[in-house]
Amino acid sequence: MKRVYVNEPACIGCRLCEVHCQFAHSSSKDLVKAFKKAAPPLPRLRVEVKKPVSFSVRCQHCDEPACVYACLTGALTKDEKTGVVSVDTEKCMGCWTCILVCPYAAITRDGDKISKCDLCTGKPLPSCVANCPNEALVYAETRES
Amino acid sequence: MAKTARTKYLIIGNSAGGVGAAEAIRAVDKAGTVTIVSDEPYPAYSRPLISEHLAEGCSLERMLFRPADFCERHGIKTLLGQKVASLSLDEHIARVETGQEIGWEKLLLATGGKPIVPRMEGLESKGVFTFTTLADAKAIAQAITPSSRAVVIGGGLIGVSVTEALVKRGVGVTIVEMKDRILNTILDEEASALAAEALSEHGVEIITGHTVSKVNSRPAKGGSVSSVTLENGRKLPCNLVVVAIGVVPRLDLVAGSDVRTNRGVIVDRHMATSCRDVYACGDVAEAYDFIAGENRVTPVWPNAYLGGRVAGFNMAGAPAEYQGGTAMNSLKYFGLAIVSAGVTNPPDGSYEVVSNIYGSSCRKIWVKDGFIRGMLYSGEIEPAGIVFSLMRDMVNVDSFKERLVAADLGLSSLPEALWRSRLSLPPSVPVTTIPVEEPEEVLVGE
Repeated sequence: MKRVYVNEPACIGCRLCEVHCQFAHSSSKDLVKAFKKAAPPLPRLRVEVKKPVSFSVRCQHCDEPACVYACLTGALTKDEKTGVVSVDTEKCMGCWTCILVCPYAAITRDGDKISKCDLCTGKPLPSCVANCPNEALVYAETRES
Repeated sequence: MAKTARTKYLIIGNSAGGVGAAEAIRAVDKAGTVTIVSDEPYPAYSRPLISEHLAEGCSLERMLFRPADFCERHGIKTLLGQKVASLSLDEHIARVETGQEIGWEKLLLATGGKPIVPRMEGLESKGVFTFTTLADAKAIAQAITPSSRAVVIGGGLIGVSVTEALVKRGVGVTIVEMKDRILNTILDEEASALAAEALSEHGVEIITGHTVSKVNSRPAKGGSVSSVTLENGRKLPCNLVVVAIGVVPRLDLVAGSDVRTNRGVIVDRHMATSCRDVYACGDVAEAYDFIAGENRVTPVWPNAYLGGRVAGFNMAGAPAEYQGGTAMNSLKYFGLAIVSAGVTNPPDGSYEVVSNIYGSSCRKIWVKDGFIRGMLYSGEIEPAGIVFSLMRDMVNVDSFKERLVAADLGLSSLPEALWRSRLSLPPSVPVTTIPVEEPEEVLVGE
């Protein structure tokens, strides 16, 4: 499957990926409305800046997803066809077990539920990748393991 | 004479382990017959959600661990509400209480745990419950009245879970914990105190260092609970008692058989028991614990699922190895988030504690010989998984352990080689960056 990879030397830590992730998952189609007139959704990725290193991290949609195996309610699943790991927020009870086992720390608490990257399912390119100004994010086919 | 049905794979138990095994079997064997037998009458449900059921009446539909058509879609036969009465391991036959016999090629024991109920006067009274199944939750829910007052015996995970649910239902609760603090096996002193504070703020009375010696009822024998008496003679009036001391492996089916047991059914890294074609997983099994470095019973849901998954692959002929599990828990009592894993109460002085408390968050790891042996994160728990994976993968953290409890903990806190290997590009992708051209001279003010 295709995943988002980090080309760290190219990342300038501008956090535009964060902004575009929030925008892509907001109900508004207007940037100003999404950020100024409403509370934007939590970003589903995290930008780490420890100069000179910077990169953004999101769910890697693992082949062996520890979060899915650890999920107490069956809310987290890995799609058999697309490989996308997604959460059914109706079923999520917010027990945080997935947070304990994710090696990327890619899952965040969002009120009583969790929030995570959905690879912008349905779009040709995840918004973070599409809007990175310096090709620091690459959407590429996974290497054969 | 009972007719013998035949199945290639027989799974006894329909919870995390059983489902994990069934899914793994179906990943490699689409055709072999799979049968799941469970003495519970429900499709596989999320056991931890029984507290939500008790608290808020969460429906069975919402509690289902897999979609309602799961078994149908995967061609899995289920015998629900039916108990396996006995096993003939040599003959590869299971006998169900209804009289039916099931012949199997591969067997998985995923029978789980059963609540520990000590010998105590008055436990037969009406209003005494345990709390491990949906049936338990339903029974307690039915017994609650507007004037209910409960005593929960045991301040471990089950005890605190049922307490939170009861409080949400408006029931006053007293927890009686034998040791000096609640959640003493999974939390350290500080975190125990935090949890106790969260409970106290919601009106829960916690009595530590005492035990219940007797349950009293009206009338005296077989009546409804009226109070409990502690070992020091103190009486606590109540009309509900929940015995939540813990669970032990449900070993009844293999008692006296060739299956080797200790506290639980002993399994190797393939989740195979000492008997050919017989596997075990979950709360009934004593499987490899990567922190203990030996087999241990670690009755937590994720380990049950993973163990079941490994068992399923091996049962279906696809070799798989259990990496091992350890004690791990995630709590959210009254909104307080705490995750912990491994050794949080070191047995001796050979563990170094590295900790950091900031705001309302606490980050703590226990390091021995350079390796993380235990961890506890509360408040901002998000980066805990980074630490858990270092612990599980046995990464020597001696040179960067302080960074693992820092407030800005992230993947970039790890040595460069580590974070690069986690995030790096697949080799097939050329690494190109947009060349930055020298800016043309711009004349300003023209």
